[in-house]
Amino acid sequence: MSAVSIKETVADLATTFKSTGRLVIVGASLAGLRAAEALRKEGFAGPLTIIGDEPEEPYDRPPLSKQVLKGWVPADHTKLPRVRQVDAEWRLGIAATGLDRVTKQVRLANGEQVPYDRLLIATGTRAREWPNAREAALEGVFTIRTSTDSAGLQKALAAKPGRVLVIGAGFIGSEVASVCRELGLPVTVVERGTAPLVGALGGVIGTIAAEMQRDHGVDLRTGIRVKSLEGDGQGHVQRARLSDDSVVECDVVLTSLGSVRNTEWLEGSGLAAGFWGVGCDAGCRAFDINGVVTDSIFVVGDIARFPHVLYEYQFLVLEHWDNAVLGAEVAAHNMVSLEPDRRPHLPLPAFWSGQFGVNIKSVGVCPFGNEIVFTQGSIKERRFAAAYGYRGRIVAAVTFNHGKWLEYYAAQIERSAPFPPPPAGYDRPEMRPVPAEFPDPHVPTSLPDVILTGHDPTERGAEFRARIY
Amino acid sequence: MRVVVDLNRCLGYAQCVFLAPSVFRLNGEEALQYDPNPDDAMRQKVLRAAAACPVQAILVEHLIAKEGEMS
Repeated sequence: MSAVSIKETVADLATTFKSTGRLVIVGASLAGLRAAEALRKEGFAGPLTIIGDEPEEPYDRPPLSKQVLKGWVPADHTKLPRVRQVDAEWRLGIAATGLDRVTKQVRLANGEQVPYDRLLIATGTRAREWPNAREAALEGVFTIRTSTDSAGLQKALAAKPGRVLVIGAGFIGSEVASVCRELGLPVTVVERGTAPLVGALGGVIGTIAAEMQRDHGVDLRTGIRVKSLEGDGQGHVQRARLSDDSVVECDVVLTSLGSVRNTEWLEGSGLAAGFWGVGCDAGCRAFDINGVVTDSIFVVGDIARFPHVLYEYQFLVLEHWDNAVLGAEVAAHNMVSLEPDRRPHLPLPAFWSGQFGVNIKSVGVCPFGNEIVFTQGSIKERRFAAAYGYRGRIVAAVTFNHGKWLEYYAAQIERSAPFPPPPAGYDRPEMRPVPAEFPDPHVPTSLPDVILTGHDPTERGAEFRARIY
Repeated sequence: MRVVVDLNRCLGYAQCVFLAPSVFRLNGEEALQYDPNPDDAMRQKVLRAAAACPVQAILVEHLIAKEGEMS
Protein backbone atom coordinates (compact mmCIF):
# COMPACT_ATOMS: atom_id res chain seq x y z
CA MET A 1 0.00 0.00 0.00
CA SER A 2 1.42 3.39 -0.93
CA ALA A 3 1.73 6.25 1.56
CA VAL A 4 -0.88 8.27 -0.29
CA SER A 5 -3.49 5.56 0.01
CA ILE A 6 -2.85 5.16 3.74
CA LYS A 7 -3.37 8.88 4.15
CA GLU A 8 -6.60 8.61 2.18
CA THR A 9 -7.75 5.66 4.24
CA VAL A 10 -7.18 7.57 7.46
CA ALA A 11 -9.03 10.58 6.07
CA ASP A 12 -11.89 8.27 5.09
CA LEU A 13 -11.98 6.84 8.59
CA ALA A 14 -12.21 10.32 10.05
CA THR A 15 -15.07 11.21 7.73
CA THR A 16 -16.89 7.99 8.57
CA PHE A 17 -16.37 8.66 12.27
CA LYS A 18 -17.93 12.10 11.93
CA SER A 19 -21.09 10.55 10.52
CA THR A 20 -21.43 7.29 12.46
CA GLY A 21 -19.19 7.42 15.55
CA ARG A 22 -20.93 7.20 18.90
CA LEU A 23 -20.06 10.08 21.24
CA VAL A 24 -21.00 10.25 24.89
CA ILE A 25 -20.66 13.27 27.17
CA VAL A 26 -20.85 12.65 30.91
CA GLY A 27 -21.81 15.90 32.62
CA ALA A 28 -24.69 18.13 31.53
CA SER A 29 -23.70 21.55 32.78
CA LEU A 30 -21.93 24.44 31.04
CA ALA A 31 -18.96 22.43 29.70
CA GLY A 32 -21.05 19.44 28.59
CA LEU A 33 -23.62 21.59 26.78
CA ARG A 34 -21.09 23.80 25.02
CA ALA A 35 -19.09 20.72 23.96
CA ALA A 36 -22.22 19.12 22.48
CA GLU A 37 -22.96 22.28 20.54
CA ALA A 38 -19.36 22.53 19.36
CA LEU A 39 -19.40 18.89 18.18
CA ARG A 40 -22.35 19.64 15.91
CA LYS A 41 -20.62 22.80 14.70
CA GLU A 42 -17.59 20.65 13.84
CA GLY A 43 -19.88 18.62 11.60
CA PHE A 44 -20.32 15.59 13.83
CA ALA A 45 -23.58 13.97 12.68
CA GLY A 46 -23.51 10.67 14.58
CA PRO A 47 -25.40 9.68 17.71
CA LEU A 48 -24.63 11.84 20.75
CA THR A 49 -25.66 11.02 24.32
CA ILE A 50 -25.46 13.49 27.21
CA ILE A 51 -25.59 12.05 30.73
CA GLY A 52 -26.18 14.25 33.78
CA ASP A 53 -26.97 13.50 37.42
CA GLU A 54 -29.13 16.60 37.88
CA PRO A 55 -32.67 16.42 36.48
CA GLU A 56 -32.60 19.98 35.09
CA GLU A 57 -31.36 20.87 31.65
CA PRO A 58 -28.05 22.79 31.67
CA TYR A 59 -28.17 26.00 33.69
CA ASP A 60 -25.77 28.77 34.60
CA ARG A 61 -24.40 28.73 38.15
CA PRO A 62 -22.80 32.18 38.80
CA PRO A 63 -26.19 33.90 39.37
CA LEU A 64 -27.05 31.34 42.08
CA SER A 65 -24.90 33.12 44.68
CA LYS A 66 -25.92 36.63 43.58
CA GLN A 67 -29.13 37.67 41.75
CA VAL A 68 -30.99 34.55 42.87
CA LEU A 69 -30.22 34.94 46.57
CA LYS A 70 -31.23 38.58 46.42
CA GLY A 71 -34.67 37.40 45.36
CA TRP A 72 -34.50 39.12 42.00
CA VAL A 73 -34.22 36.03 39.75
CA PRO A 74 -35.93 32.71 40.58
CA ALA A 75 -33.43 29.85 40.97
CA ASP A 76 -34.90 27.91 38.04
CA HIS A 77 -34.56 30.89 35.69
CA THR A 78 -30.87 30.50 34.84
CA LYS A 79 -31.15 27.88 32.08
CA LEU A 80 -28.34 28.39 29.60
CA PRO A 81 -29.10 29.89 26.19
CA ARG A 82 -28.53 27.37 23.42
CA VAL A 83 -26.25 28.44 20.61
CA ARG A 84 -27.21 25.61 18.25
CA GLN A 85 -29.28 22.44 18.04
CA VAL A 86 -27.46 19.54 19.64
CA ASP A 87 -29.86 16.78 18.58
CA ALA A 88 -28.71 14.59 21.46
CA GLU A 89 -30.19 11.88 23.58
CA TRP A 90 -30.38 13.44 27.02
CA ARG A 91 -30.12 11.13 30.02
CA LEU A 92 -30.78 13.56 32.84
CA GLY A 93 -31.30 12.75 36.51
CA ILE A 94 -29.18 9.62 36.18
CA ALA A 95 -25.60 9.63 37.44
CA ALA A 96 -22.80 7.78 35.72
CA THR A 97 -21.38 5.31 38.22
CA GLY A 98 -18.63 3.53 36.34
CA LEU A 99 -16.44 3.40 33.27
CA ASP A 100 -15.22 0.28 31.51
CA ARG A 101 -12.47 1.20 29.08
CA VAL A 102 -12.13 -2.32 27.70
CA THR A 103 -15.72 -2.68 26.52
CA LYS A 104 -15.97 1.12 26.10
CA GLN A 105 -19.12 1.56 28.15
CA VAL A 106 -20.36 4.03 30.73
CA ARG A 107 -22.37 2.44 33.53
CA LEU A 108 -25.36 4.36 34.86
CA ALA A 109 -26.91 4.37 38.33
CA ASN A 110 -29.90 2.42 37.02
CA GLY A 111 -27.61 -0.36 35.79
CA GLU A 112 -27.75 0.57 32.11
CA GLN A 113 -24.59 0.53 30.00
CA VAL A 114 -24.04 3.26 27.42
CA PRO A 115 -21.51 2.35 24.72
CA TYR A 116 -19.18 4.97 23.26
CA ASP A 117 -16.53 5.30 20.61
CA ARG A 118 -15.30 8.55 22.13
CA LEU A 119 -16.11 9.87 25.57
CA LEU A 120 -15.99 13.34 27.07
CA ILE A 121 -15.75 13.62 30.85
CA ALA A 122 -17.28 16.86 32.17
CA THR A 123 -18.62 15.85 35.57
CA GLY A 124 -17.32 18.97 37.31
CA THR A 125 -17.40 19.55 41.03
CA ARG A 126 -19.87 19.55 43.87
CA ALA A 127 -19.96 21.58 47.09
CA ARG A 128 -17.83 20.20 49.90
CA GLU A 129 -20.23 19.13 52.64
CA TRP A 130 -19.88 20.11 56.29
CA PRO A 131 -17.88 17.15 57.67
CA ASN A 132 -20.28 16.32 60.53
CA ALA A 133 -23.25 14.66 58.77
CA ARG A 134 -25.61 15.04 61.72
CA GLU A 135 -24.89 18.78 61.94
CA ALA A 136 -25.04 19.17 58.17
CA ALA A 137 -28.54 17.64 58.22
CA LEU A 138 -29.88 20.33 60.59
CA GLU A 139 -32.56 22.46 59.04
CA GLY A 140 -31.16 25.85 58.04
CA VAL A 141 -27.71 24.50 57.07
CA PHE A 142 -26.93 24.96 53.39
CA THR A 143 -24.26 24.49 50.78
CA ILE A 144 -24.54 26.16 47.41
CA ARG A 145 -23.83 24.57 44.06
CA THR A 146 -27.12 23.57 42.46
CA SER A 147 -30.24 25.57 41.66
CA THR A 148 -32.08 23.57 44.33
CA ASP A 149 -29.44 24.62 46.91
CA SER A 150 -29.85 28.23 45.87
CA ALA A 151 -33.67 28.09 45.97
CA GLY A 152 -33.52 26.73 49.52
CA LEU A 153 -31.06 29.34 50.75
CA GLN A 154 -32.98 32.15 49.04
CA LYS A 155 -36.16 31.10 50.84
CA ALA A 156 -34.33 30.99 54.16
CA LEU A 157 -32.85 34.47 53.62
CA ALA A 158 -36.22 35.89 52.54
CA ALA A 159 -37.67 34.74 55.89
CA LYS A 160 -35.49 37.41 57.59
CA PRO A 161 -33.33 35.23 59.84
CA GLY A 162 -31.89 36.82 62.98
CA ARG A 163 -28.35 36.06 61.86
CA VAL A 164 -26.66 34.22 59.01
CA LEU A 165 -23.40 32.37 59.60
CA VAL A 166 -21.10 31.87 56.62
CA ILE A 167 -18.35 29.30 57.11
CA GLY A 168 -15.48 29.85 54.70
CA ALA A 169 -14.62 33.21 53.11
CA GLY A 170 -13.72 32.17 49.59
CA PHE A 171 -15.54 33.75 46.65
CA ILE A 172 -18.89 32.02 47.25
CA GLY A 173 -18.90 32.70 50.99
CA SER A 174 -17.94 36.34 50.46
CA GLU A 175 -20.57 36.82 47.74
CA VAL A 176 -23.27 35.37 49.97
CA ALA A 177 -22.16 37.58 52.88
CA SER A 178 -22.43 40.54 50.51
CA VAL A 179 -26.00 39.58 49.52
CA CYS A 180 -26.93 39.21 53.20
CA ARG A 181 -25.79 42.76 53.87
CA GLU A 182 -27.67 44.03 50.81
CA LEU A 183 -30.76 42.36 52.26
CA GLY A 184 -30.06 44.01 55.60
CA LEU A 185 -29.38 40.71 57.36
CA PRO A 186 -26.84 40.42 60.17
CA VAL A 187 -24.07 38.07 59.03
CA THR A 188 -21.05 36.49 60.68
CA VAL A 189 -18.28 35.10 58.47
CA VAL A 190 -15.85 32.60 59.97
CA GLU A 191 -12.67 31.83 58.02
CA ARG A 192 -9.91 29.45 59.05
CA GLY A 193 -7.31 31.38 57.07
CA THR A 194 -5.95 34.84 57.81
CA ALA A 195 -8.33 36.75 55.52
CA PRO A 196 -11.12 36.39 52.96
CA LEU A 197 -10.01 35.30 49.45
CA VAL A 198 -6.52 34.59 50.77
CA GLY A 199 -6.13 31.32 48.90
CA ALA A 200 -6.98 32.82 45.53
CA LEU A 201 -5.51 36.31 45.85
CA GLY A 202 -3.05 36.23 48.78
CA GLY A 203 -2.88 38.07 52.09
CA VAL A 204 -2.23 41.58 50.75
CA ILE A 205 -5.48 41.57 48.76
CA GLY A 206 -7.13 39.50 51.52
CA THR A 207 -6.54 42.37 53.97
CA ILE A 208 -8.39 44.73 51.62
CA ALA A 209 -11.22 42.18 51.21
CA ALA A 210 -11.46 41.94 55.02
CA GLU A 211 -11.75 45.72 55.37
CA MET A 212 -14.40 45.73 52.67
CA GLN A 213 -16.46 43.15 54.56
CA ARG A 214 -16.17 44.96 57.89
CA ASP A 215 -17.03 48.33 56.30
CA HIS A 216 -20.26 46.75 55.12
CA GLY A 217 -21.14 45.52 58.58
CA VAL A 218 -20.00 41.90 58.29
CA ASP A 219 -18.92 40.35 61.59
CA LEU A 220 -15.76 38.79 60.14
CA ARG A 221 -13.72 36.39 62.26
CA THR A 222 -10.49 35.12 60.74
CA GLY A 223 -8.06 32.52 61.99
CA ILE A 224 -11.05 30.82 63.62
CA ARG A 225 -12.72 27.47 63.04
CA VAL A 226 -16.29 26.41 63.65
CA LYS A 227 -16.13 23.49 66.08
CA SER A 228 -19.75 22.46 66.03
CA LEU A 229 -23.25 23.41 64.94
CA GLU A 230 -26.11 22.91 67.37
CA GLY A 231 -29.82 22.56 66.74
CA ASP A 232 -32.88 23.43 68.76
CA GLY A 233 -35.39 20.78 69.84
CA GLN A 234 -37.02 20.80 66.37
CA GLY A 235 -33.80 20.03 64.50
CA HIS A 236 -33.26 23.57 63.27
CA VAL A 237 -29.80 25.07 63.56
CA GLN A 238 -29.55 27.47 66.47
CA ARG A 239 -25.93 28.26 67.22
CA ALA A 240 -22.33 27.55 66.32
CA ARG A 241 -19.42 27.00 68.68
CA LEU A 242 -16.14 28.45 67.48
CA SER A 243 -12.54 27.46 68.17
CA ASP A 244 -12.01 30.55 70.37
CA ASP A 245 -14.85 29.22 72.59
CA SER A 246 -17.19 31.95 71.47
CA VAL A 247 -20.75 31.15 70.41
CA VAL A 248 -22.65 32.57 67.42
CA GLU A 249 -26.44 32.43 67.57
CA CYS A 250 -27.72 31.93 64.01
CA ASP A 251 -30.79 30.67 62.13
CA VAL A 252 -29.13 30.07 58.77
CA VAL A 253 -25.69 28.60 58.07
CA LEU A 254 -23.94 28.51 54.71
CA THR A 255 -21.00 26.13 54.59
CA SER A 256 -18.83 27.36 51.71
CA LEU A 257 -15.81 25.12 52.03
CA GLY A 258 -14.78 24.88 48.41
CA SER A 259 -15.56 22.03 46.09
CA VAL A 260 -14.97 18.33 45.58
CA ARG A 261 -14.30 16.94 42.12
CA ASN A 262 -16.74 14.36 40.87
CA THR A 263 -14.25 11.63 39.99
CA GLU A 264 -15.49 8.77 42.19
CA TRP A 265 -17.35 7.17 39.29
CA LEU A 266 -13.97 6.75 37.53
CA GLU A 267 -12.50 4.59 40.28
CA GLY A 268 -11.18 1.38 38.82
CA SER A 269 -11.24 2.78 35.28
CA GLY A 270 -7.46 3.10 35.20
CA LEU A 271 -7.65 6.80 34.36
CA ALA A 272 -5.46 9.33 36.19
CA ALA A 273 -8.45 10.47 38.25
CA GLY A 274 -8.30 11.56 41.87
CA PHE A 275 -8.56 14.40 44.34
CA TRP A 276 -7.26 17.04 41.91
CA GLY A 277 -9.38 15.94 38.96
CA VAL A 278 -8.60 13.94 35.85
CA GLY A 279 -5.15 14.39 34.37
CA CYS A 280 -5.07 15.21 30.67
CA ASP A 281 -2.79 16.71 28.05
CA ALA A 282 -3.16 20.27 26.78
CA GLY A 283 -5.42 18.88 24.04
CA CYS A 284 -7.95 17.58 26.63
CA ARG A 285 -7.02 13.90 26.13
CA ALA A 286 -7.18 11.97 29.41
CA PHE A 287 -4.13 10.25 30.86
CA ASP A 288 -4.29 6.77 32.25
CA ILE A 289 -2.88 6.14 35.70
CA ASN A 290 0.63 5.62 34.30
CA GLY A 291 0.61 8.91 32.40
CA VAL A 292 -0.08 7.31 29.02
CA VAL A 293 -2.42 9.44 26.94
CA THR A 294 -5.67 7.78 25.88
CA ASP A 295 -7.04 7.99 22.35
CA SER A 296 -10.74 8.00 23.01
CA ILE A 297 -11.35 9.78 26.33
CA PHE A 298 -11.33 13.55 26.72
CA VAL A 299 -11.74 15.78 29.80
CA VAL A 300 -13.02 19.32 30.15
CA GLY A 301 -14.22 21.89 32.68
CA ASP A 302 -13.70 22.01 36.44
CA ILE A 303 -12.17 18.54 36.69
CA ALA A 304 -9.68 18.76 33.84
CA ARG A 305 -6.13 18.89 35.22
CA PHE A 306 -3.87 19.99 32.39
CA PRO A 307 -0.31 21.26 31.96
CA HIS A 308 0.08 24.93 31.11
CA VAL A 309 3.07 26.33 29.28
CA LEU A 310 2.88 29.70 31.06
CA TYR A 311 3.12 28.07 34.48
CA GLU A 312 6.15 25.87 34.00
CA TYR A 313 3.96 23.08 32.63
CA GLN A 314 2.51 22.56 36.07
CA PHE A 315 -0.89 20.94 36.01
CA LEU A 316 -3.72 23.39 36.62
CA VAL A 317 -7.31 22.89 37.59
CA LEU A 318 -9.48 25.91 36.91
CA GLU A 319 -12.99 26.17 38.29
CA HIS A 320 -13.71 29.03 35.97
CA TRP A 321 -16.66 29.76 33.73
CA ASP A 322 -14.61 30.46 30.61
CA ASN A 323 -12.36 27.45 31.17
CA ALA A 324 -15.50 25.35 30.68
CA VAL A 325 -16.60 27.29 27.60
CA LEU A 326 -13.21 27.49 25.86
CA GLY A 327 -12.20 23.96 26.87
CA ALA A 328 -15.45 22.58 25.47
CA GLU A 329 -14.67 24.02 22.04
CA VAL A 330 -11.16 22.58 21.99
CA ALA A 331 -12.20 19.16 23.32
CA ALA A 332 -15.04 18.90 20.79
CA HIS A 333 -12.72 19.88 17.95
CA ASN A 334 -10.05 17.39 18.97
CA MET A 335 -12.59 14.59 19.46
CA VAL A 336 -13.44 14.64 15.75
CA SER A 337 -10.14 15.78 14.24
CA LEU A 338 -7.02 14.01 13.07
CA GLU A 339 -3.75 14.59 14.87
CA PRO A 340 -2.29 17.41 12.72
CA ASP A 341 -5.47 19.44 13.18
CA ARG A 342 -5.69 19.14 16.95
CA ARG A 343 -5.54 22.30 19.00
CA PRO A 344 -4.31 23.05 22.53
CA HIS A 345 -6.53 24.38 25.31
CA LEU A 346 -4.20 26.95 26.83
CA PRO A 347 -6.44 29.67 28.19
CA LEU A 348 -5.11 32.59 30.14
CA PRO A 349 -7.12 31.87 33.31
CA ALA A 350 -9.66 34.57 34.12
CA PHE A 351 -12.45 35.04 36.62
CA TRP A 352 -14.68 37.64 38.18
CA SER A 353 -16.60 38.09 41.42
CA GLY A 354 -19.09 40.77 42.39
CA GLN A 355 -19.23 41.53 46.09
CA PHE A 356 -19.88 44.56 48.32
CA GLY A 357 -20.46 46.68 45.23
CA VAL A 358 -16.98 45.93 43.88
CA ASN A 359 -16.20 44.07 40.67
CA ILE A 360 -13.18 41.85 41.30
CA LYS A 361 -11.56 40.49 38.17
CA SER A 362 -8.38 38.60 37.59
CA VAL A 363 -6.24 37.13 34.82
CA GLY A 364 -3.40 34.65 35.13
CA VAL A 365 -2.70 32.43 38.11
CA CYS A 366 -2.26 34.65 41.16
CA PRO A 367 -0.98 31.92 43.56
CA PHE A 368 1.84 31.19 41.11
CA GLY A 369 3.25 34.60 42.05
CA ASN A 370 5.03 35.40 45.28
CA GLU A 371 5.17 39.17 44.94
CA ILE A 372 2.50 41.78 44.34
CA VAL A 373 2.68 45.40 43.27
CA PHE A 374 -0.13 47.96 43.09
CA THR A 375 0.16 49.45 39.63
CA GLN A 376 -2.85 51.74 39.27
CA GLY A 377 -5.55 53.45 41.25
CA SER A 378 -6.20 53.74 44.95
CA ILE A 379 -6.58 51.04 47.57
CA LYS A 380 -8.55 53.43 49.76
CA GLU A 381 -11.16 53.96 47.06
CA ARG A 382 -11.13 50.23 46.27
CA ARG A 383 -10.49 51.01 42.66
CA PHE A 384 -7.12 49.64 41.66
CA ALA A 385 -5.03 47.20 39.66
CA ALA A 386 -2.29 45.01 41.05
CA ALA A 387 0.15 42.65 39.35
CA TYR A 388 1.63 39.41 40.67
CA GLY A 389 5.23 38.49 39.94
CA TYR A 390 7.37 35.42 40.08
CA ARG A 391 11.12 35.50 39.49
CA GLY A 392 11.02 38.84 37.73
CA ARG A 393 8.13 38.17 35.40
CA ILE A 394 4.44 39.02 35.58
CA VAL A 395 2.21 35.97 36.06
CA ALA A 396 -1.18 37.39 37.07
CA ALA A 397 -3.14 40.54 37.80
CA VAL A 398 -6.20 41.51 39.79
CA THR A 399 -8.45 44.55 39.54
CA PHE A 400 -11.02 46.01 41.91
CA ASN A 401 -13.45 48.18 39.88
CA HIS A 402 -10.70 48.64 37.32
CA GLY A 403 -11.62 45.89 34.84
CA LYS A 404 -11.05 48.00 31.74
CA TRP A 405 -7.33 47.78 32.40
CA LEU A 406 -7.18 44.02 32.69
CA GLU A 407 -6.49 43.48 29.01
CA TYR A 408 -3.26 45.43 29.35
CA TYR A 409 -2.04 43.01 32.01
CA ALA A 410 -3.30 39.96 30.13
CA ALA A 411 -1.09 40.95 27.19
CA GLN A 412 1.90 41.32 29.53
CA ILE A 413 1.27 37.95 31.13
CA GLU A 414 0.97 36.20 27.78
CA ARG A 415 4.40 37.57 26.87
CA SER A 416 5.93 36.75 30.27
CA ALA A 417 6.87 40.42 30.47
CA PRO A 418 9.10 41.78 33.27
CA PHE A 419 7.77 42.31 36.78
CA PRO A 420 7.00 44.94 37.96
CA PRO A 421 5.30 45.76 34.66
CA PRO A 422 5.79 49.09 32.89
CA PRO A 423 3.23 51.73 33.94
CA ALA A 424 -0.17 51.23 32.34
CA GLY A 425 -1.75 54.56 33.05
CA TYR A 426 -1.60 57.97 34.62
CA ASP A 427 -3.12 57.08 38.00
CA ARG A 428 -0.01 55.30 39.12
CA PRO A 429 0.63 54.84 42.81
CA GLU A 430 4.17 54.46 44.10
CA MET A 431 5.12 51.04 42.80
CA ARG A 432 6.94 48.88 45.31
CA PRO A 433 6.63 45.08 45.09
CA VAL A 434 5.87 43.34 48.39
CA PRO A 435 5.37 39.67 49.27
CA ALA A 436 1.91 38.55 48.08
CA GLU A 437 1.40 36.48 51.25
CA PHE A 438 -0.12 33.34 49.89
CA PRO A 439 -0.71 30.79 52.62
CA ASP A 440 1.53 27.74 52.85
CA PRO A 441 -0.28 25.18 50.68
CA HIS A 442 -0.21 22.77 53.61
CA VAL A 443 -2.17 25.09 55.91
CA PRO A 444 -5.84 24.17 55.73
CA THR A 445 -8.14 26.84 54.35
CA SER A 446 -11.07 26.73 51.99
CA LEU A 447 -9.61 25.67 48.66
CA PRO A 448 -9.15 28.38 46.07
CA ASP A 449 -10.73 27.76 42.69
CA VAL A 450 -7.50 27.92 40.73
CA ILE A 451 -5.10 25.30 41.90
CA LEU A 452 -1.57 24.61 40.84
CA THR A 453 -1.46 20.90 41.43
CA GLY A 454 2.23 20.58 40.70
CA HIS A 455 4.08 18.03 38.68
CA ASP A 456 3.50 15.09 40.98
CA PRO A 457 0.42 12.96 41.39
CA THR A 458 -1.08 13.26 44.87
CA GLU A 459 -1.68 9.56 45.00
CA ARG A 460 0.99 6.98 44.39
CA GLY A 461 -1.41 4.94 42.28
CA ALA A 462 0.98 4.37 39.40
CA GLU A 463 2.14 0.84 38.73
CA PHE A 464 5.88 0.93 38.25
CA ARG A 465 7.35 -1.88 36.23
CA ALA A 466 9.94 -3.94 38.04
CA ARG A 467 13.40 -3.67 36.54
CA ILE A 468 14.68 -7.03 35.40
CA TYR A 469 18.42 -7.60 35.80
CA MET B 1 -36.07 34.08 26.56
CA ARG B 2 -32.64 33.07 27.73
CA VAL B 3 -29.66 35.38 28.18
CA VAL B 4 -26.14 34.87 29.47
CA VAL B 5 -23.41 37.48 29.80
CA ASP B 6 -19.75 36.55 29.60
CA LEU B 7 -18.66 38.52 32.64
CA ASN B 8 -14.99 37.92 31.89
CA ARG B 9 -15.52 39.91 28.74
CA CYS B 10 -17.86 42.50 30.31
CA LEU B 11 -15.99 45.70 31.19
CA GLY B 12 -18.89 47.55 32.75
CA TYR B 13 -19.57 50.04 29.94
CA ALA B 14 -23.23 49.66 30.98
CA GLN B 15 -24.76 50.34 27.58
CA CYS B 16 -27.13 47.43 28.26
CA VAL B 17 -28.20 49.04 31.53
CA PHE B 18 -29.44 52.11 29.65
CA LEU B 19 -31.18 50.10 26.93
CA ALA B 20 -32.87 47.45 29.10
CA PRO B 21 -32.76 48.62 32.72
CA SER B 22 -35.18 45.97 33.95
CA VAL B 23 -32.87 43.22 32.66
CA PHE B 24 -29.37 44.58 33.27
CA ARG B 25 -28.21 46.40 36.41
CA LEU B 26 -24.94 47.56 37.85
CA ASN B 27 -24.13 46.54 41.39
CA GLY B 28 -21.74 49.31 42.34
CA GLU B 29 -19.72 50.96 39.57
CA GLU B 30 -18.72 48.03 37.47
CA ALA B 31 -20.25 44.69 38.52
CA LEU B 32 -23.05 43.74 36.13
CA GLN B 33 -26.00 41.66 37.27
CA TYR B 34 -28.78 40.59 34.94
CA ASP B 35 -31.98 38.62 34.64
CA PRO B 36 -31.03 35.48 32.67
CA ASN B 37 -34.66 34.73 31.81
CA PRO B 38 -36.44 37.98 30.94
CA ASP B 39 -39.98 38.04 29.64
CA ASP B 40 -40.33 37.62 25.86
CA ALA B 41 -41.89 41.09 25.76
CA MET B 42 -38.36 42.38 26.46
CA ARG B 43 -36.93 40.73 23.37
CA GLN B 44 -36.42 43.87 21.27
CA LYS B 45 -34.79 45.74 24.14
CA VAL B 46 -32.52 42.82 25.02
CA LEU B 47 -31.47 42.34 21.40
CA ARG B 48 -30.69 46.05 21.18
CA ALA B 49 -28.67 45.84 24.39
CA ALA B 50 -26.74 42.84 23.03
CA ALA B 51 -26.04 44.68 19.77
CA ALA B 52 -24.89 47.80 21.61
CA CYS B 53 -22.45 46.00 23.92
CA PRO B 54 -18.99 47.40 23.04
CA VAL B 55 -17.33 44.07 23.91
CA GLN B 56 -20.14 41.82 22.61
CA ALA B 57 -20.45 39.96 25.90
CA ILE B 58 -24.21 39.31 25.78
CA LEU B 59 -25.43 36.03 24.34
CA VAL B 60 -29.15 35.77 23.56
CA GLU B 61 -30.65 32.44 22.63
CA HIS B 62 -31.66 32.51 18.98
CA LEU B 63 -32.98 28.98 18.68
CA ILE B 64 -36.67 28.80 18.16
CA ALA B 65 -37.34 26.13 20.74
CA LYS B 66 -40.24 25.73 23.09
CA GLU B 67 -39.53 26.11 26.80
CA GLY B 68 -38.14 22.88 28.13
CA GLU B 69 -37.65 21.31 24.72
CA MET B 70 -34.52 19.23 24.83
CA SER B 71 -33.08 18.55 21.46
